[in-house]
Amino acid sequence: MSNIILKAEHISKQYRLGLVGTGTLVHDMNRFWHRIRGKEDPYLKVGAVNDRSAAASEDYVWALRDINFEVKEGEVLGIIGKNGAGKSTLLKLLSRVTSPTTGTIKSRGRIASLLEVGTGFHPELTGRENIYLNGAILGMTKAEITAKIDEIIAFSGCEMYIDTPTKRYSSGMTVRLGFAVAAHLEPDILVVDEVLAVGDAEFQKKAIGKMQAISSGEGRTVLFVSHNMASVSSLCSRTIVLKNGQLDFEGDTEDGISHYLKNHEGHIRSNVQRWSKANQPNDKGVFLTSGRIYGKGKSEDEPIRMDDEIILEYQLEVDDLQRDIFVNTQFLDDNGSILFATTSQFNETRSQSNENGKCVLRMTIQKNFFNQGEFSTNLVVKEHVDGKNVTLFSKTALLSFIVTPRPIELGRWMGKSKGPLRPDFDWTKEFISNE
Amino acid sequence: MQTQKNDNWLFEISSKRKLIELNFKEIYQYRDLLVLFVKRDIVTVYKQTVLGPLWFFIQPLFTSVIFTLVFNNIAKINTGAVPPFLFNLSGITAWNYFRICLTGTSNTFRSNAGIFGKVYFPRFIVPLSKVISNLVKLGIQFLILIGFYIYYATQGFDIAPSVYTLLIPVYVLLMALYGLGVGMIISTLTTKYRDLSILLGFVMQLLMYISAVPYPMSELTDSSYGWVVEYNPLAYIIEGFRYVLFNDAMAYFSWESFGVISALALVLFVIGLALFNRTEKTFIDTV
Repeated sequence: MSNIILKAEHISKQYRLGLVGTGTLVHDMNRFWHRIRGKEDPYLKVGAVNDRSAAASEDYVWALRDINFEVKEGEVLGIIGKNGAGKSTLLKLLSRVTSPTTGTIKSRGRIASLLEVGTGFHPELTGRENIYLNGAILGMTKAEITAKIDEIIAFSGCEMYIDTPTKRYSSGMTVRLGFAVAAHLEPDILVVDEVLAVGDAEFQKKAIGKMQAISSGEGRTVLFVSHNMASVSSLCSRTIVLKNGQLDFEGDTEDGISHYLKNHEGHIRSNVQRWSKANQPNDKGVFLTSGRIYGKGKSEDEPIRMDDEIILEYQLEVDDLQRDIFVNTQFLDDNGSILFATTSQFNETRSQSNENGKCVLRMTIQKNFFNQGEFSTNLVVKEHVDGKNVTLFSKTALLSFIVTPRPIELGRWMGKSKGPLRPDFDWTKEFISNE
Repeated sequence: MQTQKNDNWLFEISSKRKLIELNFKEIYQYRDLLVLFVKRDIVTVYKQTVLGPLWFFIQPLFTSVIFTLVFNNIAKINTGAVPPFLFNLSGITAWNYFRICLTGTSNTFRSNAGIFGKVYFPRFIVPLSKVISNLVKLGIQFLILIGFYIYYATQGFDIAPSVYTLLIPVYVLLMALYGLGVGMIISTLTTKYRDLSILLGFVMQLLMYISAVPYPMSELTDSSYGWVVEYNPLAYIIEGFRYVLFNDAMAYFSWESFGVISALALVLFVIGLALFNRTEKTFIDTV
């Protein structure tokens, strides 16, 4: 069980940026000249870090740099990372499409990947003939395909067209047929790239379901690439995180996902804001010193999970504690539309006032209220004075936070349910007799 | 324990490579793929055509007619005991096999980049399937050649098979090796720099004229540029092919030259395979 089936040792992959032209010929000759003298390739010493958004400063880039990991037999390993982090390059190396610039990958089993949808389909051949061709390209023998062909055709849902050349197929049908073949592979190690799930909504659901079924069942070794944190957290026992071509994290899936969300999701996420004395938002003697939102029982750095209670806190400094200061706060989804607003005016529970003029306004959001996603808050600080509400100051997009999915028991749908909120309500089922 | 464990890896992917590596076991594992590729190559060529496989006959026949007209009727090249049409047909049939093996193989990387870029299988399967499917086409064309052979033999021409005729499979193998070897060399050179593939089209055309296809080598002996043909191994293959086929007294054949061209075929094949092995692992990055 704990046999190591796949082992990557110091693998790196270097790519050349820009076009192939006369300049590359000069480099090739230089490389050749170094090699025949038994020297090291001079271009292996250079090479920029793989950061998609930075300006290209060198001719070479390390798409992957010094990656080490091991996969045990029967393990489902998640691979996450943002676009361009090197996931696909890693998959290419594993599926032997290209070889690493340095380092070694050792495997004890056949590797096949679910990303080769329709590879080698010939437009002039019929669907049935292409199933055989495609299956053989993916490493199946003719006998294996014959045994499964009815299943494959049924899965593709292209029964009617199966003896028609594939050039007459719609592009969606081609993809269906291709995926149907790939899904019926039985390699020792399966590489699943959910990022590339294709087809119409119905088929996508079917495809992802199949991928998940393969990944979860049968104790097969699976490398699972996905952007869907719900499926990663449900399927994978261990996860590696790639960042700019380097191995950023390796370990437990839960930790991996929170590591990824904390450090990788592009823009600045600020679930905590503190201001120094000089630049506190303030008006008429009321100062905002900090605001933060976090999961109950968790540190500020940890991402909030759907099934965490969420705590929102604003800390204010007021010159006169007798003043009736309250806040309105709005919650927005990632499109910036307001989901709901809430106020501390009528339903706050006050503590005994202290002398230093500081107070914390705290609200708790029940668990399982937000759906997974990105949210932000607006804040308006108000005062009730002379029977009127007066706005002191307001801040838009003050805090932002992400809610990560909770693990879902296997076998249930792992897509994101619709809508920004996903509250758990009490439902009852009452059986009514006929009387 | 540890060392024993390290020994039984199924495969290793690394940047280091052996110079020549032909994994027969792996190719055998993928034999079904080889068969399917061969079938695909044959079946798809003339799909949606009315004449279908008849096209396999038409090209060599028409070419032979034109060659006979130009080289034998106009240029008055003497083909000896062999009737000019049969002479040309045999040369073209043999040349065609070499030509399609070479051009088919030389495209291996570029025309299969889509598949190679996504999935692994022994790359050598592709040129191998080309050689085999072309063998089937050669077989069909050979049938017509035999048809005309019998026709002319019954018409009283002095042509007949001899014990040397048994060498025909060897000549076919030699042509396949030349096609594969040179084709693989070209295929590796064209992945990064495509200049050569542009050159290939017309070089193949010119090469035919210096490979003794439409004339016997004996026509050249006193010509000042005759060395161009004399140092061309392909000319010896075409010439030898005709010799073993027709027992043609005019055709040049010697065991020495046969030995030399066979050795050269092996050398080219090995060089081609070495280059092919070097390229197949990383070509997808540069194609």
